[in-house]
Amino acid sequence: MKKLTCIVCPNGCQLSIEKDKEEWIVTGHLCPRGKDFAINEMINPKRSICSTVQTTYKDVPRLPVRTDGEIPIEDIFPLMKLLSTVVIDHPVHNGEVIIENPFNTGVNVIATSDMYLKGGV
Amino acid sequence: MSKAYDVVILGAGPAGLAAALGAFDKGADTIIIEREGSPGGILKQCIHDGFGLITFKEKLSGPEYAERYIKEVKEKNIPMLISTYVVKVKKIEGLFYITLVNSSNGVFEITSKSLILANGCRERTSKQVFINGTRPAGVYSAGTAQYFVNILGYLPCKKCVILGSGDIGLIMARRLTLEGAKVVGVYEAKVAPSGLSRNIAQCLEDYSIPLYLSHTITRIIGDERVEAVEIAQVDENMNPIKGTEEVVECDGVILSVGLIPENEIAESLNISIDRGTKGPIVDQNFMTGIEGVFSCGNALHVNDLVDYVSESGKFAGENAAAYVKEKEKRLLRVVKAEDSNFLYVVPQYVNLQSANTKIVLYFRVRDIKSKATVQVTYKGKVLFSKKYAHLKPPEMERIEIDIKDLDIDSEAAGVFEMSMSY
Repeated sequence: MKKLTCIVCPNGCQLSIEKDKEEWIVTGHLCPRGKDFAINEMINPKRSICSTVQTTYKDVPRLPVRTDGEIPIEDIFPLMKLLSTVVIDHPVHNGEVIIENPFNTGVNVIATSDMYLKGGV
Repeated sequence: MSKAYDVVILGAGPAGLAAALGAFDKGADTIIIEREGSPGGILKQCIHDGFGLITFKEKLSGPEYAERYIKEVKEKNIPMLISTYVVKVKKIEGLFYITLVNSSNGVFEITSKSLILANGCRERTSKQVFINGTRPAGVYSAGTAQYFVNILGYLPCKKCVILGSGDIGLIMARRLTLEGAKVVGVYEAKVAPSGLSRNIAQCLEDYSIPLYLSHTITRIIGDERVEAVEIAQVDENMNPIKGTEEVVECDGVILSVGLIPENEIAESLNISIDRGTKGPIVDQNFMTGIEGVFSCGNALHVNDLVDYVSESGKFAGENAAAYVKEKEKRLLRVVKAEDSNFLYVVPQYVNLQSANTKIVLYFRVRDIKSKATVQVTYKGKVLFSKKYAHLKPPEMERIEIDIKDLDIDSEAAGVFEMSMSY
């Protein structure tokens, strides 16, 4: 049996998971998302990643970005390395894709701030 | 003199923005005063996700969450003065005289019929936690480190220790690790972590960063720059245990040792402060002891979720607008939470004369409790009762009570009593 802390929401349920023949038995979750989380943690743990990328604008030197879904844990540091090569040289809107489908993860890295709100920089 | 505003809001963070929308939507002539160069408050540098799960049912980053409110404030053309500092606030015959300073107007004054304090909280500093040793460069509060990394794009240290297990410290442990710094460990003097369990899991355990409970930094070593820290175990009274000292090499010390509501303006108005929350004492309409002054967000009490910050801001804004239109009489009754079981409850008073009978209470427990029942009673009548599987000090709870059926006209004054059984 493995013990996990659910990270889906601030409740932070303390989960237990074990395999009974072919079926995963999860206990301690308050909602179905906790069960899904526990099973995913056993099969293919994934996380969403938030970071920043460099810009050429003096007043907004960094643009916050995040993955619009979750990526496998082993892709986290390679993604960080990839993000360090990005330079934004034009204003972007919130939600604009900054890196498309890195490492074939099926998710995009998107901007999480609207540079136009800051007067288009 | 120019006309008085209905509602002046100090602070354009999540509380102030929600307060402005709340007041404006109720028809109040509203203005926001912000000392920084752009609105959004601390959310601007909170680039991690997890914001807005309750309000938007989405996992937003801090800037995304803030910008939803900023956009709405801009679309509604609610005026906002940025890079503007409050110098002085005076209340004379029911009107607030607010002295401001900024580079375009110099020193100037505006007047208002009500005032909302939405000026957030501040981090406890190294001066407030009494660490011995030298004062080299490389000692940062978690928020300062976060500003360096996320706003300016500088890495403030390459190998660091984190003192305190507050949420910002945990978030920064992960952030610095992702950016290539080595986080040697998180040291917490208490026996339990102060941050949310999910942050212990996703910020520390995911990156194999050790958490040392009942440990503290006893000395910082280094002249120009931090070179090492001395760590010691502490006893149950949080006093270092002799003989357990250990020197850990590092070039940075990040402090995540708590947040305190910012009360400078509240104190200048002689507003009573709660010893538990360290913020103003308010009624269910978020009005402080001084009529016409409201408090919300982290200026009122330190929240762990921004959703509740926005909620209290919205209520404060709506109630300030209502106050300007029609002043309610105040018949205040204390909300008393058992000292032994609760750290605090907000609001601390209920105004029985108020039309607002649906009351939201926010509370924090003193210790970790399992299978505990929390009750709110007024003169023996049970207004709320709920059994909780777990209650933890880092996790604020929100409950609602309705007092519309209470017999408030009886002569004997009552107390709203909050108790716990387990």
